[in-house]
Order: sequence, then C-alpha cells, then structure tokens
Amino acid sequence: MAEVLVLVEHVDGAPKKVTYELLTLARSLGEPSAVFIGNGFDNAKDKLAEYGARKIYVAADAELDGFLVAPKAEVLAQIVSSSSPAAVLIPSTPEGKEIAGRLAVKTESGVITDAVGVDDGFVAKQSIFGGAINVSSKVSKGTPIITVRPNSTAPEAAPAQPTEEQVSATISDAAKGAKILDRVTEKKGGRPELTEAAIVVSGGRGLGEGKNFELIEKLADTLGAAVGASRAATDAGWYPHTNQVGQTGKTVSPQLYMAIGISGAIQHRAGMQTSKTIIAVNKDPEAPIFELVDFGIVGDLFNVVPQLTEEIEKRK
Amino acid sequence: MNIVVCVKQVPDTWAEKRLSDQDKTVDRNGVDGVMNELDEYAVEEALRIKEAQGDGEVTVLTMGPDKSVETIRKALSMGADKAVHLVDAGLHGSDALATSYALAKALGTIEHDLVILGVESTDARMSVLPAMLAERLGASQLTFARKVEVGSGTVKIERQTDTGYDVVEASTPAVVSVVEKINEPRYPSFKGIMAAKKKPLTTLSLSDAGIEADKVGMAGSGTEVAEFAPRPPKQAGQIVKDEGDGGSKLAEFLASQKFI
Repeated sequence: MAEVLVLVEHVDGAPKKVTYELLTLARSLGEPSAVFIGNGFDNAKDKLAEYGARKIYVAADAELDGFLVAPKAEVLAQIVSSSSPAAVLIPSTPEGKEIAGRLAVKTESGVITDAVGVDDGFVAKQSIFGGAINVSSKVSKGTPIITVRPNSTAPEAAPAQPTEEQVSATISDAAKGAKILDRVTEKKGGRPELTEAAIVVSGGRGLGEGKNFELIEKLADTLGAAVGASRAATDAGWYPHTNQVGQTGKTVSPQLYMAIGISGAIQHRAGMQTSKTIIAVNKDPEAPIFELVDFGIVGDLFNVVPQLTEEIEKRK
Repeated sequence: MNIVVCVKQVPDTWAEKRLSDQDKTVDRNGVDGVMNELDEYAVEEALRIKEAQGDGEVTVLTMGPDKSVETIRKALSMGADKAVHLVDAGLHGSDALATSYALAKALGTIEHDLVILGVESTDARMSVLPAMLAERLGASQLTFARKVEVGSGTVKIERQTDTGYDVVEASTPAVVSVVEKINEPRYPSFKGIMAAKKKPLTTLSLSDAGIEADKVGMAGSGTEVAEFAPRPPKQAGQIVKDEGDGGSKLAEFLASQKFI
C-alpha cells in the first residue's frame, strides 16, 4: 500500500485531535506515516501508534521551533523527496496551510486546502463559497498536498507498532528569516478552540450589548463549547474579533452550532453552514438563519437562553 | 522603503458566488467585482508605513482580467503611488501554484523591500499565497499580522494565533499578510479619486514579466476541479414559537440528539 504522510499538529508534543482524524483518514487511503516536527515527541509516540501510524518520522531540532513556518516546510520537503509518498495530509489550520503552500512550491505540486473529505485516488471534497457548492478536486501535478479541516473524519483507534526514523534536517539560512521572539497567550484556557470545538455557541446583534455575551458564555460552558460571534457583534466591539465566525472570520464545522440572536446574513452563513446540526434562537421568524436550522426557536433569547442553560444543568 | 501591495478583485462579499459551468472557474460575469475586503487593510497598512517613514513608494499589483483595473483605481484613490496590472488571457484558471509563480515574476519587475497582502481572498479563501510568495521570492514570511512595526531594515509583527499572538521579526525583503481589523481603511477622497486618474499604470503581459506560458493558466496549474454541484438543500428543520417553554424544548431536542 502506498505511503501517506500525515503532519502531526501538536502542542509541546501532545497531538491535537485533528492528527488522529487525519491518521484515520490516511488509513482509508493507504499506509499512514506520521511526521512529527518539533519537541516533545515522547508525549506523542504512544498516541500516534494507537491511531495506526505504521511509521513515524521524527525531526526534533531546537531551531525548528524558533522560526516561522519555513523550516517545517523544509523538513517536510526533505521527507517527501526521500520517501516519495502517494500524498501528504496536513491539518487545515493557518500554519498547516502555510506549510502546505510552501511545500507545494518546493515540490512543484498542486495544493488543495480545506478539504472536508478525501476519497480514493486522492479526490478531495471541498465545500466552497460558504458551503453553497460542493466540489471534488484532484492534484494533477507532483505529489498531492491536501489540507483537511478539523472535524472532517471521526477519529478511530487502530493500534499499530510503528517504526521510527530520525530525520536530521538541515535548515537553510533562507528558512531562518522570520525569527519568533515571543509567544504570548492572551486567552485564558478552559474553552476549546473555535475551529476545533465539537460544539460552538455564537451570539449576534440580538444580544443588544457586549455584557450580554455572558449569557452565551454561560451556555457554552455548560456544553463544553467554544464561543463565536457574528460580524455585527465583533464590529460593535462586543466580543473579540478573533472569535468572529463568517466569511471574513473563521470557518467552523462543528457537530452542533447554536446561533443566538444572529439573523444569518450570507457573511455569517459562509462560516458555519457546513455544521452538522444547527440550532437558532431569534425573535424574527423571517430571519434567514431559520432556513438552515435543524431546530429553531422563534422567541426572545433573554428568556430562552437562561432557561436552556438551567435545563442543561439540571439534566447533567 | 518601497512597498508593493498585492490586491485581488473578487465577487462582491455579499453576492452569491458561482462557478462557471464551462470551465469550473469562479464566475465573474454578472457579479459586481470589488477589491477583496482583506486587501483594503493591506493597502491602508502600506500607506501608513510610507507616511510614517516619510519616503518610498507604494505600488499596487494585481493579476486579473481587464475589469480588475477598477480595483487598481480604488487602491490608487486611497493613495498608492503607481500600479502594475498583470493581465493576459493565458493566466485564466491559474491555481495557487500558478498564481504564486506569476505574481513572483511580476514582483521581480518592481523594486521593493516589502510585499503586503490581505491574509486571504474572500472567494478562494486558501490563505496560502503570502507563504508561497515568500517561498518563491526567498523573502522572509511575516504572515497573519495584526500589528506591523517597521524599523531600519527590519520588520516586526504580531502574528495572530488561536490563543494570542507571536512576536516575529525579520529583515527585509519580507512578505507580510495582514488580518482584518489591523487598521481602519480610509475611504478615497474626491481629491484622491481625481489624482488616481493621473497616476502611472503599467500593464504587463506574460512575456513582459518573463512568465513561461506553460506554467500558468489551467494547463499550468497543479490542481483541477473534477466536478461540482450545489449543496443539496437542507431538509426543513423544526421551528417552534416560544410559549415560555422554548428553552426546555431546545434542551429536549439536544437530549434527543445526544448532545446532553
């Protein structure tokens, strides 16, 4: 079976869930090899085996973490050139996509981003224009490089005994151009990341003012959900711009999306339309968001949301 | 410091976007074209850097059909000094691999220390092009910037991350991409609009830019669209009017779907 490389996304070695999703996906396409770049491999080793990696390439070098994107693309390109894989799967995160882009240039290959699935023959499924159109695309030049969105595949364990190969990467001076001086964490931990969360609760104009986002946060916390916001809400300064879901913000595709006080303009729909289950609470029965919902409540969010939060607490 | 801002004309942010049935590319007919919204922040940032430095030129570069000149005019009206329009029928259908090659070639004809772009276009939404340009140009990559500080021969940015930001520094030449809300883009003034008409606009064909024809366009691209279809309409959901028990009904639904 053909080798399919999966780039491991991790924090200090602990793989993120999307890594297991990609390993699961890679198993359906060929023989998965994990590529681990950076420090903390001991934290990743057993997990990568559990999700079926047959081989693990390990590139641990202090320099790899000190510079932006370019060194990782260089390491990956070295592995691609020595192992000639059938394809490379990369998590569709901002950094993942940039690595994919640079790898495409280095290997003269086509790159497809934001796949929501990959079929036999490395046909990538994408959902474009805010989920309005489904597209099947193929890479026609070089090695298929495909970035896959988090939450696209349900991760399934399939324990394997991977072989390990240490990769001694030579990082060129050119790749050391952008030096990372500091990494600053602003958000307190606790809530999951918007693009990775299984449940997202978003608030919009209907909240009326910034402090009412408390209602959204409370509901989100009872569900272990991430908090999103419509553009109207972030433009008004009610919630940080980094939480904006929509065409000029983040695209999310969770199992459950709850739109609270959001009318559902195209700008917003473009960022959440592919969510598996969609719920809306809005006082306007004509709001376009109701065209997308699995379940909707026409009513005052200030009555509905606290009642819902309380009800969920009761059922826990 | 000389800056090139790469801008793209895209279908209006609020319009319904389509693919062409003929060649499966973005259908630009019958849709208003606008400057990619995120590129407005790039133009603004370039102008602010120039104004702060007090010297250098801001050149706006676009690749696209004849109609893209509207977007060039807008950038010039905002205050860019001159423009370069890479326009050639042979470019039609270029994907990211081909576009990054063509833009890198065009950038080779313009003297620059910095290239600034919006972080992604609102039609393709790949956000790979700035990194690919940095790779092709051998320039430093400073992407997803929410703040840009220019020193002498160096540029420092705050790179937006999911949990906060990274402080990243590089020497010029560098490719910078900026996120929404890094600044408040100015509106072109009447004076700016009038002045834009007299600003230099250079048109480049493939051969002018030294672009090999077989590396661009649909044939020169690394990807192809096999097929596409509108997303099947969603089955109508259940919509309930709140009679004082809306929250409980919602909780019941969530429980029935095993979310709680």
